[in-house]
Amino acid sequence: MIKARVTVTLKNGVLDPQGKAIKGALSSLGFEGVGHVRQGKVFDLEIEERDRSKAEADIKAMCEKLLANTVIENYTIAFE
Amino acid sequence: MNSAVVQLPGLNRDRDMVDALTKISGHAPVTVWQTETEIPDVDLIVIPGGFSYGDYLRCGAIAARMPVMDAIRHKAEQGVKVLGVCNGFQILVEAGLLPGALMRNTSLRFVCKEVLLEVVNADTAFTRSYIAGEVIRSPVAHHDGNYFVDDETLKSMEDNRQIVFRYAAGTNPNGSLSDIAGVINAKGNVLGMMPHPENLIEAAHGGTDGRGIFASALDLVAA
Repeated sequence: MIKARVTVTLKNGVLDPQGKAIKGALSSLGFEGVGHVRQGKVFDLEIEERDRSKAEADIKAMCEKLLANTVIENYTIAFE
Repeated sequence: MNSAVVQLPGLNRDRDMVDALTKISGHAPVTVWQTETEIPDVDLIVIPGGFSYGDYLRCGAIAARMPVMDAIRHKAEQGVKVLGVCNGFQILVEAGLLPGALMRNTSLRFVCKEVLLEVVNADTAFTRSYIAGEVIRSPVAHHDGNYFVDDETLKSMEDNRQIVFRYAAGTNPNGSLSDIAGVINAKGNVLGMMPHPENLIEAAHGGTDGRGIFASALDLVAA
């Protein structure tokens, strides 16, 4: 089995009101000096597959078709 | 004129939509469940609002991958009119039937209120009973209506007159780019909009401003 982590983040130039609110909350907790905050999503996947390049191609297809909205989001794939 | 209303788990405005279409056309629309792979011959397919699949992953993301969407894509290619309202709009952009994406409102709050809409393009199959520049009232109720599209696509959409509705007079409730409230595909038969015209179609609603969208799409107005 192959384990992989997909990280989905907003593209540069796409406004992130949630990130902005989180930054505001950090400031109100007394954490000063926080610049931009951008939030995203993490998916931990377990793939029943031994061939890593096959798994990588599958995960890439999953990202393109569902996990990320490529109009506004980028994704990265990391293997354990 | 015949219509169909799509049903998916978590949608909750389907009955309002069925009611509006019945009252305006005089015929009850057929309802189509998400697993259907064929849609009967109709002139208009409507994806109503709600919270399909609990808004999991992204609003409309899971619904957009259900079998019924392939059937809708096929009908749209044939020229059948498709209208997505609210979650229906989110589903259409997630399915790639309309450009752009709908993101969290900049206020981060769910907004439920009445806004004003400018009819930017009154030459579409959905808006021909209005006059270009006319301002109509419409309710909105959503958490993710903040329309986003890249600059290049926005330019081509403006050139093709694909921006159909804009929030008027400072009523933009969600931070939507360029005050965009509703867009149409390049072919002119798929419209998505965040506001709920089905909730302003009779005197009991306090107005009938939304009626024209259905009357236009159902060919109940003079061309």
